[in-house]
Amino acid sequence: MGDILSTYGPDILRAFWWTIKLSFFGGLGALVLGTIAAVMRVSPVAVMRFIGTSYVNIFRNTPLTLLMVMSVLGITYILGVSLSQDITQNAIRWAIVVIAVYHGAFVCEAIRSGVNTVPAGQAEAARSVGLTFGQTMREVILPQAFRGSIAPLGSVLIALIKNTTVAAVIVSAEAASLMQKIIENEGGSFAIFAIFALGFVILTLPLGVGFTSLSRRLAVKR
Amino acid sequence: MTEPLVVLKDVNKHFGDLHVLQDINLQIGKGEVVVVIGPSGSGKSTLCRTINRLETFESGTITIDGKPLPEEGKELAQLRADVGMVFQSFNLFAHKTILDNVTLGPVKVRGQGKKDAEKRAMELLERVGVAQQAQKYPAQLSGGQQQRVAIARSLAMDPKVMLFDEPTSALDPEMINEVLDVMVGLAKEGMTMVVVTHEMGFARKAANRVVFMADGQIVEEAQPETFFTAPRSDRAKDFLGKILTH
Ligand SMILES: Nc1ncnc2c1ncn2[C@@H]1O[C@H](COP(=O)(O)OP(=O)(O)O)[C@@H](O)[C@H]1O
Ligand SMILES: [Mg+2]
Repeated sequence: MGDILSTYGPDILRAFWWTIKLSFFGGLGALVLGTIAAVMRVSPVAVMRFIGTSYVNIFRNTPLTLLMVMSVLGITYILGVSLSQDITQNAIRWAIVVIAVYHGAFVCEAIRSGVNTVPAGQAEAARSVGLTFGQTMREVILPQAFRGSIAPLGSVLIALIKNTTVAAVIVSAEAASLMQKIIENEGGSFAIFAIFALGFVILTLPLGVGFTSLSRRLAVKR
Repeated sequence: MTEPLVVLKDVNKHFGDLHVLQDINLQIGKGEVVVVIGPSGSGKSTLCRTINRLETFESGTITIDGKPLPEEGKELAQLRADVGMVFQSFNLFAHKTILDNVTLGPVKVRGQGKKDAEKRAMELLERVGVAQQAQKYPAQLSGGQQQRVAIARSLAMDPKVMLFDEPTSALDPEMINEVLDVMVGLAKEGMTMVVVTHEMGFARKAANRVVFMADGQIVEEAQPETFFTAPRSDRAKDFLGKILTH
């Protein structure tokens, strides 16, 4: 294990740095998309609800690998739509977009489960004060829904971090692709797997603990 | 009767097969206090909720100050701002302080500055006797205190009419009067009120009229004293007999 660390140490750190970047931007995008979709799914307008529901059903039920491959192969090579002139940049941006869109569907469901923890009376009081649907969402429902969905959001984020490895099919900078390269060079060994597994545990374990305590601390008292 | 502020005309509503409001005709004058009374399930809550359109209805018209209820959207929100509503379960915004509960509407709906809204909110909280609790969260207050905050939250919008749906039913007995006192005060000052309650003391003290509902219909309307001492309909006699014996 020491050999591998001394030879590849900096590479491993760099690769995990990419994993962090993919996770951060992908996670941010997923949070935004998921929130919008959740609002659509509880909106009084039927068309909005339909769009929100379709989004969730399509992306929650499509394998992430397929979406990854489809983005670069399908959209860039066949349809000619690039997110950057640079091939590497293009792939990285697509990876972020795919991670965001895919996990946005799960974020949406996590937030929707949070919305369900908010008693109906909260929205009724907000509406009877004269708040519009948007204001009711922003001021009353979502702040409480987020607090009620911190634990499931934590699970989505942890899954997202681990799922960045799927980006290896189009991006060659992040952790899983480096692991493949090291295995090609050095031959497979338990040590290599252990190092990379440990890397992910280091990234995700504190998040799990953090989200659990956050969810307890921010819980809305009723 | 004074000039009608709220007018319901031939209002009908169903919940599936249940005809929950049947040809409701009701006028409420400016400054009038109307107590709605009736057995559980007779449609009293639905009536209140229909007046500010938390529930839709199928036929008939409801006007507030001469204006018919708009369908949905911003216009409806504006109208709701003029109709205060106090719920049985208080429904204070659980994640906001007492002060923020009261200022939210004035700031977001009326466009008041935060400073002005807070000054007014403190006056109202003072008036309902919970100014000391302004920085606390709803869960830290007793039921009676929460309900008085809910009343202050409604008042902050300067509503034309206030609807109360069993405002004291969820309260421990020793807290009922602190809420009723605030409501009697409002009635004395000329607030137009529709109050669903079985508190006969309040009806006698503050109401101009009692409306008796049963099975989705308005069965009887009378002055409080007349209604409680000499109800005309059998339904009302039967109902009063039941609530008077315990
Ligand atoms: N959202 C709803 N869906 C279906 N039925 C309802 C709903 N709300 C109330 N009801 C029914 O309508 C009737 C009247 O209810 P409600 O207005 O709450 O009566 P009250 O306030 O007089 O006790 C009841 O039979 C109740 O079960
Ligand atoms: Mg009721």
